[in-house]
Amino acid sequence: MIGLSSYLVLAALVFSIGLFGVLTRRNAVGILLGIELMLNAVNINLVAFARFHGDLTGLIFTLFTIAITVVEVAVGLAIVIAIFRVRRTVDADRLDLLRG
Amino acid sequence: MTVETVGFWLVAAVLLGSSLAVVLTPNLFHAVLYLAAALVATGAVFLLLDQPFLFAVQLLLYAGGVVTIVVFAIMLTERLVGERIRQTSRHLINGAIVSAAIFAGIAGFLLQAPPAPPRPEQTADVTASIGRALVGPFAVTFELLGVLLVAGLIGALYFARSEE
Repeated sequence: MIGLSSYLVLAALVFSIGLFGVLTRRNAVGILLGIELMLNAVNINLVAFARFHGDLTGLIFTLFTIAITVVEVAVGLAIVIAIFRVRRTVDADRLDLLRG
Repeated sequence: MTVETVGFWLVAAVLLGSSLAVVLTPNLFHAVLYLAAALVATGAVFLLLDQPFLFAVQLLLYAGGVVTIVVFAIMLTERLVGERIRQTSRHLINGAIVSAAIFAGIAGFLLQAPPAPPRPEQTADVTASIGRALVGPFAVTFELLGVLLVAGLIGALYFARSEE
């Protein structure tokens, strides 16, 4: 029987891998993919807690996070394309216009 | 070894392997395909947790929607620049140290936590309960989500429009 902590450790591992991607990727799209992994890990946590505590709210919350993530990806990629049109690059290290 | 145990370790191996491939492969297009595999594996975790409805939502929205959008974005930007976009990483060791420290922090917290309750038996039909909750206590939030989707749609159109 797989316990709650197994699911939580699995989610923590996926979260750390996603964080690693966000920290190390140079490409803005690659960073977005890392954020996707991190949000997925959070969803696993929410569903696991909801299942083991018999609480419906976690499942509803997961539905909302999934929908919000989809919107976030759409707007984020639109921004990436807009930046790419102007700057001809999606390298996050070279997009430093707002750096003081 | 029950079916659930074998399934969990199988799904966990696929999920962790494809997640690592997402952050490590040098080809951005391959990274998106590995992300699709990771998202489907996450859906399989939902199935293991007796949530077939969330599995369907995960497949439709994430593996269907998000991956399609990202693939289109990559194809568009590659077409604009006229060459393959290299996907390089930097500060690999620093990143590994930070994420390992975060994982160690979470794992330490999990070790201190009181023992989890045993998994209760699935009694009612969860999909029906989710549907009733969405039009009952969560109706306003559900409507707000629709507003957010429209705002995101308009925002994406605004950012990605052509100048003319």
